[in-house]
Amino acid sequence: MSALTIAGLCKSFGGLHVTGNVDLNVEPGERRLIIGPNGAGKTTLFNLITGEITPDSGSIQLFGQDITKTPSRRRAHLGMARTYQIITLFPHDSIVHNVSLALLGLSPLRWNPFIDMRRQGHITERARTALQRVGLAHIAERPLTQTSYGERRRVEIAMALAQNPKVLLLDEPFAGLSIDERRDVHACLMAIPRDVTIVMIEHNMDVALEFAERITLLHFGEVIVEGNRAEVVADPRTREVYLGH
Amino acid sequence: MIARIIALAAGFVALVTLPYWMHGEYYINVSSQILFSAIFALGLNIIAGYGGLVSLGHAGLLGIAAYSTGYMLQAGFGHTLAILAALVIGVASMAVYAVLALRATGIGFIMITLALGEIIWGLAYRWISITNGDNGINLHGRPEPFGFAIESARNFYYVTLVVFLVSFAAVTVFVRSPLGAALMGTRDQPRRMNALGYHVWAIRFWACMFSGLLTAISGILFVYYTQFISPQALDLTASAEVLLMVISGGAGTLFGPIVGAALVVVVKSVVSGFLERWNMLLGFIFVAIVILMPEGLVPGSARLWRLAWRRLTAPGKAAVPEGKP
Repeated sequence: MSALTIAGLCKSFGGLHVTGNVDLNVEPGERRLIIGPNGAGKTTLFNLITGEITPDSGSIQLFGQDITKTPSRRRAHLGMARTYQIITLFPHDSIVHNVSLALLGLSPLRWNPFIDMRRQGHITERARTALQRVGLAHIAERPLTQTSYGERRRVEIAMALAQNPKVLLLDEPFAGLSIDERRDVHACLMAIPRDVTIVMIEHNMDVALEFAERITLLHFGEVIVEGNRAEVVADPRTREVYLGH
Repeated sequence: MIARIIALAAGFVALVTLPYWMHGEYYINVSSQILFSAIFALGLNIIAGYGGLVSLGHAGLLGIAAYSTGYMLQAGFGHTLAILAALVIGVASMAVYAVLALRATGIGFIMITLALGEIIWGLAYRWISITNGDNGINLHGRPEPFGFAIESARNFYYVTLVVFLVSFAAVTVFVRSPLGAALMGTRDQPRRMNALGYHVWAIRFWACMFSGLLTAISGILFVYYTQFISPQALDLTASAEVLLMVISGGAGTLFGPIVGAALVVVVKSVVSGFLERWNMLLGFIFVAIVILMPEGLVPGSARLWRLAWRRLTAPGKAAVPEGKP
């Protein structure tokens, strides 16, 4: 059974067809890279997969279960987590509070108005463990406003990992990072175990190509080329729409 | 931390002993007014401060609870039943109000709540068979909770104080709870909260319900205090006033709404005795707050205090800029 199966997915905004008949099949444990020029509809595809926008037609399956009509928040409970291209964190809180909110999102505790959030030791412990995985445990208490851009990227990843997802969607995790920061994030991603399936959008070819096994090339909302690393890089259509520039 | 506990304890003692050092029944009554206005402001702060949902119709909800109490008493029911009915009707009205208003956020939410508040005001003004129109409803007598007569200013103050302290404790617990944290999350990053598995709408709805409960409680205290309810208590000015309490004191802080309520009530009832144009003074105060402490009196004072403390404890650093001999 595939981890993620997308069949005939379409989405238009008015006359603009941003996703046109996309088929995608991602096997469990796979590392899939989605590339394509700006405006190719990569982030829109992610928003469709996570349910933030609803498709006009087509279907999405998560481990064989049809989730096309499942509300976005339920998909998190079914094992789907994502990071954002534009960092989307809670600016007034500490790093560990950010990750705790991610953990709380999947816990029935989130409805509890009576207990003290700061005394939920098991949540804080798990948040710290997640931060350890991205190498931020030593600054867990630091307010988010006092962190660097690269650290925030890693907080995003820690929040996704804390939810223990089966499918992880990474939207340009290397965007805007310095070479050193890129190396740190790359190390975090390589350390993610194989029971997590990863779909990643990335422009930065040298790090992304090293990471991915299969690559899908999107152009004007459609899948142009799909295959393993060598096939896609060698394909003349890839050079034409993307690498040739 | 210790300073905070001492300050809290001092505040508590001051509130409990207030009728003994505050001279004159009038000022004890003003204190009661501050306390039930503070409950109202705490209620609005739940959604406006912690939820980022600014309501401009909350006086309407306060009015519904007040009118319910008055109507039930006028119809011949006892105080217990009147209060229970007011709570149920108040919270139920909040549910309808929330379902309608939560279709939007931001400016949209403000406009819907403004419209709803005006509708309630219109009903109070025109539905004469129930509300007695512009003449309002007069109450006769106050309840005797557990046989404790609260006709006197002092006794009414104590009942209001107990209700205030319970409400404040409830708000404190809520704000520190996971649901409180989730509410603040929906204020800062609703999209992210949704992706993390939270039901953003439901979190906002329950926050509105809690806000509605506090508003209803405040409405009941209000109507028993004034012994009278008329459409004037429901108009847009009243809604704006409570919002000003929240914003001037510090939205999204625990003590801000209380300080804001004290400020507005003192200027409105005490200063207005000496100054005919007290509205203008209130306006000047708000402009000063917005310029000097845009985050509100409580967080603003805390910021200035920390700044002053740093200057005091490290005078050398402040006097000699770094890198210069």
